[in-house]
Amino acid sequence: MATTTAVKRMGFWARYRSMGRMARREHWWGWILSSPWWLGFLIFTLLPMLASIYFSLTRWDILTPPQWVGLQNYRNIFSKAGDPIVLHSFKITTIYALVSVPLRLVLGFSIALLMNQNIKGIFIFRTIYYLPAVLAGVAVAMLWRWVFNSEFGLINLLIWTLFKVKGPAWLVDPDWALWALIIMSMWDVGSPMLIYLAGLQGIPTDLYEAAMVDGANAWRRFWAVTIPMISPVLFFNLVMGIIDALQTFTQAFILTEGGPNNATMFAILYMYLNAFRWFKMGFASAIAWILFIYILILTLIVFRSSALWVHYEGEVKGR
Amino acid sequence: MMQSQQVLTRPRYQRTLGEILRGKRFSQLMTRIIVYIILFAGAFILMVPFAWMLSTSLKRPGAVFLFPPQWIPKPIVWSNYPQAWSYLPFNLFLKNTLIITATTVVGATLSSAVVGYSFARLRWIGRDIMFMVVLATMMLPYHVTMIPVFAIWKKLGFVDTLVPLIVPAFFGGGAFNVFLMRQFFMTIPLELDDAAKIDGCGVLGIFWRIIIPLSKPVVGTVAIFQFLYRWNDFMGPLIYLNTTKKYTLALGLQLFRGQYSTKWELLMAASVICMLPVLIIYFLAQRYFVQGIVFTGIKG
Repeated sequence: MATTTAVKRMGFWARYRSMGRMARREHWWGWILSSPWWLGFLIFTLLPMLASIYFSLTRWDILTPPQWVGLQNYRNIFSKAGDPIVLHSFKITTIYALVSVPLRLVLGFSIALLMNQNIKGIFIFRTIYYLPAVLAGVAVAMLWRWVFNSEFGLINLLIWTLFKVKGPAWLVDPDWALWALIIMSMWDVGSPMLIYLAGLQGIPTDLYEAAMVDGANAWRRFWAVTIPMISPVLFFNLVMGIIDALQTFTQAFILTEGGPNNATMFAILYMYLNAFRWFKMGFASAIAWILFIYILILTLIVFRSSALWVHYEGEVKGR
Repeated sequence: MMQSQQVLTRPRYQRTLGEILRGKRFSQLMTRIIVYIILFAGAFILMVPFAWMLSTSLKRPGAVFLFPPQWIPKPIVWSNYPQAWSYLPFNLFLKNTLIITATTVVGATLSSAVVGYSFARLRWIGRDIMFMVVLATMMLPYHVTMIPVFAIWKKLGFVDTLVPLIVPAFFGGGAFNVFLMRQFFMTIPLELDDAAKIDGCGVLGIFWRIIIPLSKPVVGTVAIFQFLYRWNDFMGPLIYLNTTKKYTLALGLQLFRGQYSTKWELLMAASVICMLPVLIIYFLAQRYFVQGIVFTGIKG
């Protein structure tokens, strides 16, 4: 243990010099074989990120060279005299995430729990429930456009048949458009569900047996065994769910294009419109950075809170 | 106490109805039935939109707006499908999509395998730090790099070609795929490498003769997820492709929205066609989807 940390503390060249001929060869092979990734990281991630900071401080229409404007783009985002739609789009995105992420978390987990009941035909159910996750994209968004059609769509036909009232105009009603997108997100809980299911099946049965010997009923076993053991998976799905929800784009673009009256103007959608429709690349870069920082802060909060509720096997509670 | 003894001493078939209803077996059976009912109901709700889509795609134009809706269209209009297909140059869209999908599947699978191998089996200075970076980029939102990467391709003159949609796949194939490959390769016993070394295998020989033949499940998983991702990708083509001829299926499909927005039967027919290949692959390669989750090592 002590020697490995000592080796780790050594600098690159000191470690390199301490290597034998074979180890050096392996070392260079390592760098060569990993080069697609680290070259890609430099070209498509690191440099663009740095460039993006610079672009966010300029006015730039992509055809003429960027002009330095300092913090003007950021002032436009936050000041009252600037563009009010940016903060509005953040609000819309946040509401969507706040409603959709917990609902999907609970829904996915509930389905996984039901499927974990040692039932027959689990294979068929798993196939059906995961299907919407596979068929993501434009074709599905088109389907939902039709389902939410205010006069002949499936949902309003159903509402009429069941309750004899006219359903909301969904995608063309500013009060309902966002809810339509949230309902649509409920449909596709296949991937978190599959991850929960793998987690549930990984819980050792002797934990349940031990709890039963101690006289714990099903309810108690659920809270004392299932929940702590599944909490890392819950945590993973929560983080991924937040990141996904804050980056919603295709659904909003296809179903409503941000409308009506900006009711579904998601942050990424507004950034896209600024960049590629109105060619305000500088302003769009500033939006991108603010959104990035927003996602980072939310993720960090979740990570921090995880110490309170996520249980890792083999970890000693307290100190 | 008395009661339970009575139950035990009498044969099962002599139990009264009340005893049966209070019994453990019965309550287990009931839970099971309820679980089935809920799962069936959920599956039904999930499938109804698809059925609706299929039904719409086979209706004559007027029948789309009938009330009450016809679930089984009369007559069944199969010709909606060829008609939808010829409304827009879908043949070209399909060709473009196939080119992008095929090349990126090969590129991403191959490059993530090579990179994953270097992370899993070779010892090199800086490896652990680099792997931390791989993990960090897995959570990195794509939108921050979108504009500068577009600027690069614009500068190189590749906007409105398929190149920007294909080339990045060859650079590691995405952090998640590298991660999947590495996790799987770690489970292959190191002794195999040593044995191969003694037999005179080099670094590449071990990769190609030992690691890859033993890693078909993870290679399949990565390839399939890559296929799905590219087939369904919308934002990439939306940003880079301007001329209709160069559109992918996903991008072409959304043209319907503007031009023929009320021709629901054609739109649904075109959507069904776009989903079909994915559907077929999904049913054929079932197990790879489930495996993908197992490989990440996310377990309770």
